[in-house]
Amino acid sequence: MDFPKDLKYSKEHEWVKVDGDTATIGITDYAQGELGDVVFVELPDSGEEFKQMDAFGTIEAVKAVSELYTPVSGEIVEINEKLEDEAGLVNQDCYGDGWMIKMKLSNTSELDDLMDADKYKELVES
Amino acid sequence: MTEAKKTPYYDKHIEAGAKIVDFAGFQMPIQYKSINSEHLRVRNSVGMFDLSHMGEFRVGGNDALDFLQKMTVNDVSTLEDNQIHYNCMCYPDGGIVDDLLVYHRGDHFLMVVNAACLEKDFEWLRQHLEGAVELENLSDQTGLLAIQGPNAENVLAKMTDYNLSEMGFYWSTEAEIAGEKVLFSRTGYTGEDGFEIYHKPEIAGKLWEAALEAGKEFEIEPIGLGARDSLRMEMKYMLYGNDIDKTTNPVEAGLSWIVKLDKGDFIGRDVIAKVKENKPDRRLVCFELQSKGIPRHGYKIFYEGEEVGHVTSGMYSPVLEKGIGLGYVPRKRSKSGREIEIEIRGKRVPAVIVKPPFYKNGSLKK
Repeated sequence: MDFPKDLKYSKEHEWVKVDGDTATIGITDYAQGELGDVVFVELPDSGEEFKQMDAFGTIEAVKAVSELYTPVSGEIVEINEKLEDEAGLVNQDCYGDGWMIKMKLSNTSELDDLMDADKYKELVES
Repeated sequence: MTEAKKTPYYDKHIEAGAKIVDFAGFQMPIQYKSINSEHLRVRNSVGMFDLSHMGEFRVGGNDALDFLQKMTVNDVSTLEDNQIHYNCMCYPDGGIVDDLLVYHRGDHFLMVVNAACLEKDFEWLRQHLEGAVELENLSDQTGLLAIQGPNAENVLAKMTDYNLSEMGFYWSTEAEIAGEKVLFSRTGYTGEDGFEIYHKPEIAGKLWEAALEAGKEFEIEPIGLGARDSLRMEMKYMLYGNDIDKTTNPVEAGLSWIVKLDKGDFIGRDVIAKVKENKPDRRLVCFELQSKGIPRHGYKIFYEGEEVGHVTSGMYSPVLEKGIGLGYVPRKRSKSGREIEIEIRGKRVPAVIVKPPFYKNGSLKK
């Protein structure tokens, strides 16, 4: 399992990559492995606003469906359109081409609620 | 809760990197690598399954045939030595106790039942014992390995001297596989050609290795319960507990073909005969989603805005590349081609009723 050091992680198994006031968000290697083959990803539209821990979309795997939660509050500025036709990217490259949304952060202090790679690794391996 | 049992293949699953889940009281592999790729491996070449969780009952004695005739809906008297058929047991109200296979083994019969129903079935049978019948539960001393796919015969042929080309679908024999005497049959739950091998638990490791070796050139892979479920669903093979149970009768489930009313009396006959005569109120249908989404067990089915039933089994079909499902709808709404809607998380998604099976190109030999 892979836990890139430059990312922050939520308890709901999402990763966040911060660049200024923009956060790129996806699901972790652990999450994609647990879900198995991802078939569809339902994402919101650009411009929609979410609070921390709101459900922003759903992910349908062969065996199960699960909700996606925003680890931070903000406005969607971009979604990964590629997932519309290639949901399997989430399995193949969850930290790269399988990213899901980009948000403009409305409250950067929420980033403190997230875990670093070591802490997250501890969580999933415990 | 007692701890879930391990099958004789448990160590092999761990070795192969399986994700293990508790299924019907057994620690079973749900998948090794990916449900999708395992599914396609069986459709395109060959896969091997540990099915040792299934239940096996030996039914012997002079009155064994009469007993099975009373307990099941199909006509066991038509079976020849070594022949097998699909069958089910019903309650007096026509509800299904379990679906199963009956093997004619010469001087006795073998019933193969669902793991989840094993104890209930045995108790049901035991309560109805009558005459000279010996009923024995062989489940704990029986391992079961299935080899399924268009290359199944090619793989098994390398493991036995028995002439497989002469073996018809739903026939069984005792022969040597990998140097060990076993009972095996040309049967399966995938829609593909295939075999199921019943054996002593001690030789599980040996059979597993032999199958991997013989199947190497055909890229054989172990297949988990996830793909077993998606393979059976593409064929509209029913899963007890989802598509059929004590609240459904064989007629509405589309199993009239195994109900033999003219064989004499059996448990549930009166009710089933009436349902057959008056036609059932509802039918189990197959449907395909017409847009994105995956129907799942319990989702509501709508017809012209009115709730008419629910999904009993649903998933993403790796071959059709769309959401497919089974569910009961009123008989008058059950014709293929009808448009229905499935409610997925509050949204109604269009679907169309289709003729079974979903997958029509299986290698299964009739």
